[in-house]
Amino acid sequence: MLAMNYRGPFRVRLDRNKAEPEIQHPQDAIVRVTRSCICGSDLHLYHGLVPDTRVGMTFGHEFTGVVEAVGAGVQKLKVGDRVLVPFNIACGTCPFCSQQLYGNCHESNSEATAVGGIFGYSHTAGGYDGGQAEYVRVPYADVGPEIIPDWMDLDDAVLLTDVLPTGYQAAEMAGIKKGDTVVVFGAGPIGIMAAKCAWLFGAGRVIVIDKLDYRLEFVQNYAQCEVYNFLSIDDPVLFLKKLTGIGPDVCIDAVGAEAAGDLFHTLTGRKTLLQAGSPTALEWAINGVKKGGIISIVGVYGPTGNMIPIGNVVNKGLTIRGNQASVKRLLPRLIEHIKNGIINPKEIITHRLPLEEVSEGYHIFSAKRDNCIKTVLIPPRAVA
Amino acid sequence: MESKNQQTPGHWPVDKAEPAEKQGGDDMAARFAHIKGWGIDADAENEPTYPMKHWNGDDRKGLNYDRPELQPVTVEKLHSIERPSVSAVFGTTCPPTGVSGALRRHAFKYSEGKWAHWLTLLVADRVNAVEGIIDDIKQGIFPNIIAERGWTAEWKYNRKGMVKNIAIGVAVTAAVLMLLSGRNKKAH
Ligand SMILES: NC(=O)c1ccc[n+]([C@@H]2O[C@H](COP(=O)([O-])OP(=O)(O)OC[C@H]3O[C@@H](n4cnc5c(N)ncnc54)[C@H](O)[C@@H]3O)[C@@H](O)[C@H]2O)c1
Ligand SMILES: [Zn+2]
Ligand SMILES: [Zn+2]
Repeated sequence: MLAMNYRGPFRVRLDRNKAEPEIQHPQDAIVRVTRSCICGSDLHLYHGLVPDTRVGMTFGHEFTGVVEAVGAGVQKLKVGDRVLVPFNIACGTCPFCSQQLYGNCHESNSEATAVGGIFGYSHTAGGYDGGQAEYVRVPYADVGPEIIPDWMDLDDAVLLTDVLPTGYQAAEMAGIKKGDTVVVFGAGPIGIMAAKCAWLFGAGRVIVIDKLDYRLEFVQNYAQCEVYNFLSIDDPVLFLKKLTGIGPDVCIDAVGAEAAGDLFHTLTGRKTLLQAGSPTALEWAINGVKKGGIISIVGVYGPTGNMIPIGNVVNKGLTIRGNQASVKRLLPRLIEHIKNGIINPKEIITHRLPLEEVSEGYHIFSAKRDNCIKTVLIPPRAVA
Repeated sequence: MESKNQQTPGHWPVDKAEPAEKQGGDDMAARFAHIKGWGIDADAENEPTYPMKHWNGDDRKGLNYDRPELQPVTVEKLHSIERPSVSAVFGTTCPPTGVSGALRRHAFKYSEGKWAHWLTLLVADRVNAVEGIIDDIKQGIFPNIIAERGWTAEWKYNRKGMVKNIAIGVAVTAAVLMLLSGRNKKAH
């Protein structure tokens, strides 16, 4: 089959004859992919920042598809079902899954206890091949996959596998009260959705910070928010204090390990890996938020450590919450929001490319060329 | 299947006598009667994990959950030493091979809190990229690095920048070469 193949930092190509996946467990399903996105999280892999990313692996954790085969133990899913597949691999029965922490399953990742299994996301997340291919093995098929309602556009469905739930959970974890001022760092797909969802929780003011004008312009319209380019701001923390009087009630980190804006963090966190990524946005969030405020982190960092002003967290009495989004938990509510026209996720898709152009797709998204916000890969067999 | 699962737990074995009492039943107050004021300020609303975590007490009885059926181990599968065995289900792509594989096996001797674990894995990743090129060549494929890096897209969307970068690269290389050859002359 056709499949994306990772060759090393900044190098990916299309394999034409990767072996098709097989059922390896009674609760497995094999899914034929119809849509598959490239995510900001894939960029951390692509840039060689995630330990135990092996050459030959296929990435892709955001995909929809059609069930081609099911294992003997699968009861709910049938061959032919159209499904959207949450990026988390979750058993549904361990003490974490049973409390709806589907991003923290204990029975889907051998290599690390600190994170649950994720499709196509290095061996640190379980060593599963992902969805940037024609077929994928989907474990625990009765737990994660959700049948796509007939009325739903596939492009909306694929954004329900990660982007929208993650943005929503970012706003949810921020504990927003009606009238709160919310600052979102990052105007990528995740930050855009976080800004949009902040209103659903009753935010009184939503401010987005990034360095790419085309993204800021987009989010300003899409999420009806205020936007600022930090490249033209000398001291973003001071700027936020002045803008809000005392600091925002809530700050959301939707940037993660590849943050720009601070030479020291860039050198130690991205170039030399002395830190587990550059925590510039998180540092601005901690220092900028008001006393007693809340920080919500969905940006992804590596497994070692980061230099953040933890003393200020104590002195200011901050609450910090973060997680991998629990996609399955949020799906019912978000499907309703799409149905009622509250959110229209597919508007963020700027690029629809054939799977065969995966190398270009990665480069365009990584280098932020051609005003790219979100890229969807479509395998040739998507329509057949 | 169940008995087999019991033999290969997904967590460390714990004292079996404890969990029943830890489940938070009415006997808890009795159990801690010797501690003055035990639980008098407990506040069920003080639960910062809501609504992410739908707390149901499974954390207490959690260690006795029934594991899903276990996937047969058909490839070499490394596991964190913070757990006693592999997870019930796991990915089987790209088992460790070659020098990078040896490094990965070594890395998994350290727990997840250790730099030795993660840095060794990062080194293994870089070695693995070189192994990938060698493998390609062995199979008669000369990797098209320009295509793999998506530079065709760069040519399409950022031609000026690309030309500039190439020009800078050529200039720097030429300068370095000139310097080196100059030094060589002096040395002679
Ligand atoms: N927790 C989860 O479940 C989850 C799920 C998906 C993605 N993520 C993570 O969310 C993050 C964002 O993902 P994405 O797809 O939007 O990525 P992206 O790369 O498209 O967007 C990141 C944005 O941050 C901007 N940025 C860089 N430095 C900044 C700074 N100092 N302040 C403000 N903005 C800055 C960049 O210009 C870019 O627009 C990534 O780290 C990704 O791994 C987490
Ligand atoms: Zn994603
Ligand atoms: Zn689980």
